[in-house]
Amino acid sequence: MGHPVCQKGKALDLAFESETLADIAAKPVRRRSFRKSRGARLLLGLAGFIISVLITFLGLLAITFFIGRVVPIDPVLAVVGDRAPRAVYEAARIQMGLDQPASIQFIHYVGSVLSGDLGTSVSTGKLVLDDLKRVFPATLEMATLGIIIGVLLGVPMGVYAASRRGSLVDQAIRVIGLLGYAVPAFWLGLVGLAVFYARLKWVAGPGRLDIFYDGLVDPVTGIVLIDSLLAGETEIFFNALWHLALPASVLGFFSLAYIARMTRSFMLDQLSQEYVTTARVKGVPERLVIWRHAFRPILVPLITVIGLSYAGLLEGSVMIETIFSWPGIGNYLTVALLNADMSAVLGATLVIGAVFIGINKISDVLYRVLDPRAR
Amino acid sequence: MANVHSWLIDDSPASRLQARLGRLYRICGALSRNPLAAIGAIIIMVLILTAIFAPLIATHDPLKQDLAQRLLPPGGINWMGTDELGRDIWSRVVYGARITLVIVVLVAVLAAPAGLIIGAISGYFGGWIDRILMGVTDIFLSMPKLILALALVAALGPGIENAIIAIAITSWPGYARIARAETLTFKNAEFISAIRLQGASSLRVILGHVLPLCTSSMIVRVTLDMAGIILTAAGLGFIGLGAQPPLPEWGAMIARGRSFILDQWWVATMPGFAIIIVSLGFCFLGDGLRDVLDPKSGEQR
Repeated sequence: MGHPVCQKGKALDLAFESETLADIAAKPVRRRSFRKSRGARLLLGLAGFIISVLITFLGLLAITFFIGRVVPIDPVLAVVGDRAPRAVYEAARIQMGLDQPASIQFIHYVGSVLSGDLGTSVSTGKLVLDDLKRVFPATLEMATLGIIIGVLLGVPMGVYAASRRGSLVDQAIRVIGLLGYAVPAFWLGLVGLAVFYARLKWVAGPGRLDIFYDGLVDPVTGIVLIDSLLAGETEIFFNALWHLALPASVLGFFSLAYIARMTRSFMLDQLSQEYVTTARVKGVPERLVIWRHAFRPILVPLITVIGLSYAGLLEGSVMIETIFSWPGIGNYLTVALLNADMSAVLGATLVIGAVFIGINKISDVLYRVLDPRAR
Repeated sequence: MANVHSWLIDDSPASRLQARLGRLYRICGALSRNPLAAIGAIIIMVLILTAIFAPLIATHDPLKQDLAQRLLPPGGINWMGTDELGRDIWSRVVYGARITLVIVVLVAVLAAPAGLIIGAISGYFGGWIDRILMGVTDIFLSMPKLILALALVAALGPGIENAIIAIAITSWPGYARIARAETLTFKNAEFISAIRLQGASSLRVILGHVLPLCTSSMIVRVTLDMAGIILTAAGLGFIGLGAQPPLPEWGAMIARGRSFILDQWWVATMPGFAIIIVSLGFCFLGDGLRDVLDPKSGEQR
């Protein structure tokens, strides 16, 4: 047993000798030597996953906390007014906990968010949490209808484009896919209103319901389509659907573009595999080759894509809700942004962020559970 | 001409300059054979030229108001019509190219090097540095970008500079991921070991040998991201948090045209076409560049 430093130096020299090749890359860095049972591995995976979710949420909280502190507005001044004497100012500062170090403030912040305290909105004068509970169902309703449109149209379009690679229809679907990246959502909403509402009168204008239906249905779930059915008011149901049609289609276009693009790419990948050639050689009809052989394996990655797209729609609704006067979280956030109502901005950011992360993580889990290779 | 051509495609270049120019020449050649990429490159060239020569291309002063001429439909004198203050929309769209170009370039200049360096450090050193840096990167990656940018601008205050900062803060993590992945693929290559055995410091290895190798995949990714950056900037402008009036920013122009969309459709739609064309241009060019520079990633996106 020599001196530890010498040993280390020797090991280093040896490492350099053998380091000439890429062996080190191939060497497993942290492989545990003992073998674990499958159950233990699953449990460990689950624990790791939960920890990663928790860290991500903590990161979200850290970001909103940080943004809240960057604000040039002095929160103490906002409470006491700018004519308050020095002593009052200091007292308020201590009472608000702003004299504490940032780490302590952050812990307090996390505590208050966990207990559901997101502060009071300056513009509505209500608790931010109550406001968010009120507006969130409207956004959920629109985004859900949007993703349904996106999946129902996007998946078949992607499959069709892949099966007719290079054809005119394929080119058109590719262009639609790219347009999803290039068209501003708010612009599409405006053009949609001008064309389908003002000119063609196919859809209803802005708002969730016609004015004379407003407030007729008890908000049980907050989702008008469901509430009106629960109350047995089919007339209101169809009115709500008529109002939803345009904003949901605009959102649906973006998810359709993304889903069709990804489906096409996945399908092309599968169709070039040898088992597809085998199936064709055996004489399996092309329709069965596509739907039974090639489509099945892409279902799992598609779930991830759909989850991502759904989360994206919740985010995208922020841009188009103002255009359709849709009383959802996007509209709430926009109004708060323009009034520099920071508690409301941060509260809405937290909720959208949390839902976004949640959907992403859920689709991640589904992928791992459904795909045997990812287990 | 033939001489220049053979000098450029020489297989054994005599100088670095010749090798670099030759590579550029080959890339341009490959791009011009891909029709979509060529269209994209042309669109971007037109955008740059429009931005530079805006005073020559615009037919009117983009800020000059003339209430007698308000809300005129597109026609011979006002090619895209006029807005509610009688300003010529064509001229405003032309000058808007400058703002868009500035936003896009500044975001790329701020976010790409930051992501590149973080990713390269993370991949090169590995271990706990890698874990911490990638942990932070993953947290940022799993946030909704647009909402984060909105909240940041709300905190920093409306304005084009803050919009650029906010977009840059939300877009570096993607670059960090790519740079890390690239670094990992050649970190243990023999040429890196050779440099290290010569006694080069980590800083020197990263700056001189790791980063240059990451640039081509980075250029592809930045080009593909441009469309998203343009849309986010336009969205911030539309909400009223980006470029402030009277700047002729495309998103803000659409916002002004909102009230007239039912009767004077051109006020809001014209700037939108500009956004779509430029974003599509970047998409096309990015797709083409990927095929040329980074063929292994294929149809991933």
